[in-house]
Amino acid sequence: MEKLAGQQILEALHTRFNDFEAALNGKAQTEAHAIRKAAFDLLNQNGLPHAKHEEYKYTNLTKALEKHVSFNDKPSKTKNIDTSSFTIPGLEAYQLIFINGILNTDLSDDLSSVAGVSLKLLTEDIYEASSLFNQAVADSEDSFVAMNTAFAQHGISIHIADQVVLDKPIVLHYVGDQKEYSIRNLFSCGRLSQATFIEKVDSVNDALFTNIVNEIKVEEQADIKYFKIENDQDESLHVANTFVTQLKDSKFTANTIALNGQMIRNNLNIQLEAEGCEAYMNGLYLLNGKSHVDNHTVVDHKKPNAYSNELYKGIMDDKSTGVFNGKIFVRQDAQKTNAFQSNKNILLTNDATVNTKPQLEIWADDVKCSHGCTTGQIDKDALFYLQARGIKKDKAMAILLHAFASDVLENFENKAIQDYVEAIITKRLEK
Amino acid sequence: MLSIKNLQARIEEKEILKGIDLEVKPGEVHAIMGPNGSGKSTLASVLAGREDYEVTGGEVDFLGHDLLEMDADERAREGVFLAFQYPVEIPGVSTTNFMKTAINQVREHRGENPLDAVSFLKLMKEKMKLVEIDQALLSRSLNEGFSGGEKKRNEVFQMAMLEPKLAILDETDSGLDIDALRIVANGVNALKSADNATIVVTHYQRLLDYIVPDFVHVLYQGKIVKSGTKDLALELEAKGYDWIKEEAEAAV
Repeated sequence: MEKLAGQQILEALHTRFNDFEAALNGKAQTEAHAIRKAAFDLLNQNGLPHAKHEEYKYTNLTKALEKHVSFNDKPSKTKNIDTSSFTIPGLEAYQLIFINGILNTDLSDDLSSVAGVSLKLLTEDIYEASSLFNQAVADSEDSFVAMNTAFAQHGISIHIADQVVLDKPIVLHYVGDQKEYSIRNLFSCGRLSQATFIEKVDSVNDALFTNIVNEIKVEEQADIKYFKIENDQDESLHVANTFVTQLKDSKFTANTIALNGQMIRNNLNIQLEAEGCEAYMNGLYLLNGKSHVDNHTVVDHKKPNAYSNELYKGIMDDKSTGVFNGKIFVRQDAQKTNAFQSNKNILLTNDATVNTKPQLEIWADDVKCSHGCTTGQIDKDALFYLQARGIKKDKAMAILLHAFASDVLENFENKAIQDYVEAIITKRLEK
Repeated sequence: MLSIKNLQARIEEKEILKGIDLEVKPGEVHAIMGPNGSGKSTLASVLAGREDYEVTGGEVDFLGHDLLEMDADERAREGVFLAFQYPVEIPGVSTTNFMKTAINQVREHRGENPLDAVSFLKLMKEKMKLVEIDQALLSRSLNEGFSGGEKKRNEVFQMAMLEPKLAILDETDSGLDIDALRIVANGVNALKSADNATIVVTHYQRLLDYIVPDFVHVLYQGKIVKSGTKDLALELEAKGYDWIKEEAEAAV
């Protein structure tokens, strides 16, 4: 039999899984554990993504993990972590702070006083918290999803009751000092509810690898926004899988912002299960150094009269690399679908690269779909135009890059996050 | 003010300017005319500092400074203004914000304090009148979706805001109907003073009915082959460029 990729890691995980099972005692018979066991078997059957794996061919996360992360180590004792330096200035929100994946109630806002919001910690018997566990990801073949399902013992379930409109976003801020950990979150957003969730990952000291899976269910006519902000330390490795299920006439907006890290892989998967859904996917990646960011998105139109619009933009400096893969499926039932996709990139150096691939698979005949991608350098004519009015070259560059990012930034519809990203663009250009 | 001696320039391997001599004094209006491909726009671009062109010989003195040593933005801060033949569309940047940045960079260069919001708006309102341009247009992305006339009026508006010492108008008349042409020309005329100078690059005499030149130069095959007063422009209008070409070729 051919040797699986990530063999060393798999062996270490095997030991961990056995230990975990032994510790469960009588609880090993639960349905949740059966799901975990199945996920673990899938992981062992498929291995981690190898270098030629179609979905991971530009992003050899397995190699990076083998090189940098030991899965044998017992978790070290968490030290005091100052989380304040990682917050987004001026962001009005309910703060949930997770230390090494575990919600820290002392540092977090108490959501129990917020009407219509219920929050539960995930336990070994994850179904006690939410029946959403493994629903959205059930068909996923992704090994990192399987790894998360098998091993994530922490995370939360949030339920927003029907018709509840949250006055502020809920921030899920993960800070850790452990070499690697997984988080699983389940979001259920009731009919006609409106809420914004913001995720941010930061690591300190030796922390390297985080594996996050979110399952989000958006009920009828709900309007949910979801941000992911990745501005971690240079060495960090991060894989995020976000699976969204949308019901009739619901609206979901994903805003994915990648700013720093060694290797980041985002899988965003949106299933439009019913008629009248709207899905928006906005992405911005501003990379420098040797950062590598890979955004894979899937939007699956299953029923008629739904709309999806995707806009991802990248500015790549130094030796950074970007990957974009956007899949749009329009099933035979999904007549009158409108689906649009655009990916635009600016390369600031000759050493920066981007691989972009739109993939449209359309089985319905009465649909409007479009996609486009561009990659280029900064527009020399525009630069000259600004300079010809007396604006210094570095300032003119800054104006053009801010302008390039401006439509995605506007789509975020959140001033504090816009300011946070704008400040990073400005700071990067001043280096 | 501007002294050009034996200026030669090329783009890639193609020689375009083959020895230009031109003296421009404060208060003067010079028209550069010539058939297509004679090098008129190249001259304008080279003076403004476009990097696509390589200067292969000659000198340009601007108010005692070596113009060719300066980057495009430095030239602009020193008082050179190029009104573009094809103004660039820049999505995501409004004319207002862009002008505010430009003016304050120019002011900083002159050792002046930046304009506050109120003074800037006041200045803008005043200059908008000059070219009959609407504020709504200036709040939009720079030149994006503007008509040809709107783009050219925006060029002259920017010129009015920056008050250059030397304005170079590159085919500002192209694509303009007669009303737009009149508005643009009135704007340019209103900005004329004894201290500044204007170079009007044009293919047609039409614009010179409105912006009356002190001198007219005819550029052909990268050289100024004939200079005269505004009567020369009228002669070109009546007779076309063929006789100039014949004269020039006979002289070789």
